[in-house]
Amino acid sequence: MKSRGWFRHSVLALGLAFLYLPIVSMIVFSFNNSRLVTVWDAANSPTLKWYRLLLTNEQILGAAWMSIKIAAMTATGAVILGTLAGLALVRFGAFRGRAFLSGMTTAPLVMPEVITGLSLLLLFVALEQLTGWPQGRGMLTITIAHVTFAMAYVTVVVQSRLTGFDESLEEAALDLGARPAKVFLRITLPLILPAIVSGWLLAFTLSWDDVVISQFVAGPGSSTLPMVVFSKVRLGVSPDINALATIMVVIVATGVLLSTWWMRRQERRRAREVQMARRDDQ
Amino acid sequence: MPGQLTPGRLGPLLSLLYRYGPPRWSHYVKTHWSGQRLVMAIPYLWLLLFFAVPFLIVLKISFSEVRLAMPPYAPLWQWAEEAHRLVVSFNFSNYLFLLTDALYVSTFLYSVKVAAIATLFCLLLGYPMAYAIARATPTLRNLYLMLIILPFWTSFLLRVYAWVGLLKADGVINNLLMGTGLLDAPLTLLYTDFAVYIGIVYSYLPFMILPLYANLEKHDPQLLEAAADLGAHPLTSFLRITWPLSRPGVIAGSLLVFIPAVGEFVIPSLLGRSDQLMIGRVLSDEFFANRDWPVASAVAIAMLLLLLVPIVLFQRFQSREIGGRQ
Repeated sequence: MKSRGWFRHSVLALGLAFLYLPIVSMIVFSFNNSRLVTVWDAANSPTLKWYRLLLTNEQILGAAWMSIKIAAMTATGAVILGTLAGLALVRFGAFRGRAFLSGMTTAPLVMPEVITGLSLLLLFVALEQLTGWPQGRGMLTITIAHVTFAMAYVTVVVQSRLTGFDESLEEAALDLGARPAKVFLRITLPLILPAIVSGWLLAFTLSWDDVVISQFVAGPGSSTLPMVVFSKVRLGVSPDINALATIMVVIVATGVLLSTWWMRRQERRRAREVQMARRDDQ
Repeated sequence: MPGQLTPGRLGPLLSLLYRYGPPRWSHYVKTHWSGQRLVMAIPYLWLLLFFAVPFLIVLKISFSEVRLAMPPYAPLWQWAEEAHRLVVSFNFSNYLFLLTDALYVSTFLYSVKVAAIATLFCLLLGYPMAYAIARATPTLRNLYLMLIILPFWTSFLLRVYAWVGLLKADGVINNLLMGTGLLDAPLTLLYTDFAVYIGIVYSYLPFMILPLYANLEKHDPQLLEAAADLGAHPLTSFLRITWPLSRPGVIAGSLLVFIPAVGEFVIPSLLGRSDQLMIGRVLSDEFFANRDWPVASAVAIAMLLLLLVPIVLFQRFQSREIGGRQ
């Protein structure tokens, strides 16, 4: 057994290096003075000039604000729809059309983005022709498109959380005379809260990150940050994008660490409460 | 009058209607329109409108003819006023065009090839990593998992872009290799198939590792111990025990990488060759540059047909995975 241990551990180390090498290189070169992104100008570095350039770039700032608004709306919408779908799939037993719903919530997970983007754009065009809504394309259509693919991820997260604990808690509350809506609010919702929080963050990230679907369903004047970045990097490397990446890495790392810490605390508190309840029983 | 509907006769009729006709509203509300129905209906209607119906529209447009107008396609059915009939004009030329045009056929084959090779690389790298994580101590395991997932939270686009800086002729990797004297001239790394493989493996690695890890973590270590006690070589017990048991994880991970990789757009646009495009790029060009919506739709439908078997496989696996834990 020992002899194979070193193999998998060196592959793990190599794999992690592979995952982090590009990120580290972007962070390092974001402080580089040279315009040539990959040549380290030792005499004048480190410098913050790319950060200054970035934070005075109206186009980037405007697009970032647009992306934040879309991502927040997407995450909220996706969490509501995804939680309802997860609840229906796990708790409602067999109902007519369950397989269809289950299919529609897993297909977007692997659907190539170009297909989703094209089909949604064609829908919006057809809808506008028929009903006059939505008028043109922009923030609203991007948000609808993002909600549609992000809710699939939320559904999966909520589903696996719901299957993680059994229905006896909810049934007990129903037996004691609580109405279903109250059972949901007081029992189910607090239990799946960690899944809802991570689902929200996941949906936010997916929306914030998306470039392909946005490109299809965006209208003139509604460029999200990834769209601006994509058109910039397609023309060649530009050092201020490194600064942007660094800022995002720092924000994301902080956010993930904080939310992990919060969820751990929540878990531990729940475990403690369960333990205390057990002790009271005896 | 005979046959007159008097109130007296109305009674039985109404009761018949009542029993076999549409149920009373209050009855209907009580049995069907409870909170459950509402909970189900909202996501259902959303997905129906924004996920299922769009595919029908794509299918419809893939059969129509391109024309210079907005929207740039001819309607499939039209009421011919003078002939007093519905004129339906199905048009298979878009599909015929795809099948006979060498460019499209080779693009499809190339996309499948690139996705398959990248998936294989992903598996070769991801399997040992998932195995190492599954066998690590619980504290380390959580740390490793977080390290695997963390990059996924940062922008995918920016991480792919980072590889441009690494792989360029005057990029970090070539500078390092030449600086240490291993190379005299820079290697051509960027804008090659190799760069696309790296980009796909890099972006989709977590999707390979996580299902594999979820599977490998459930294995009973006693099986391997028993095999070792009976004198099996570690390689033998891996091939006879671990690998067959982990097959569902391998399939799930591979599908999660392969299916989106076939239609990948960003990675080949930033890192790939310019003389051989992938199908996602062709669809997008057909739509935006050529404004040929019917052909773009036909490409999308063809891609879907190609991916139908893997998608159905993935869905069956996914529902079994979630159902199995109940």
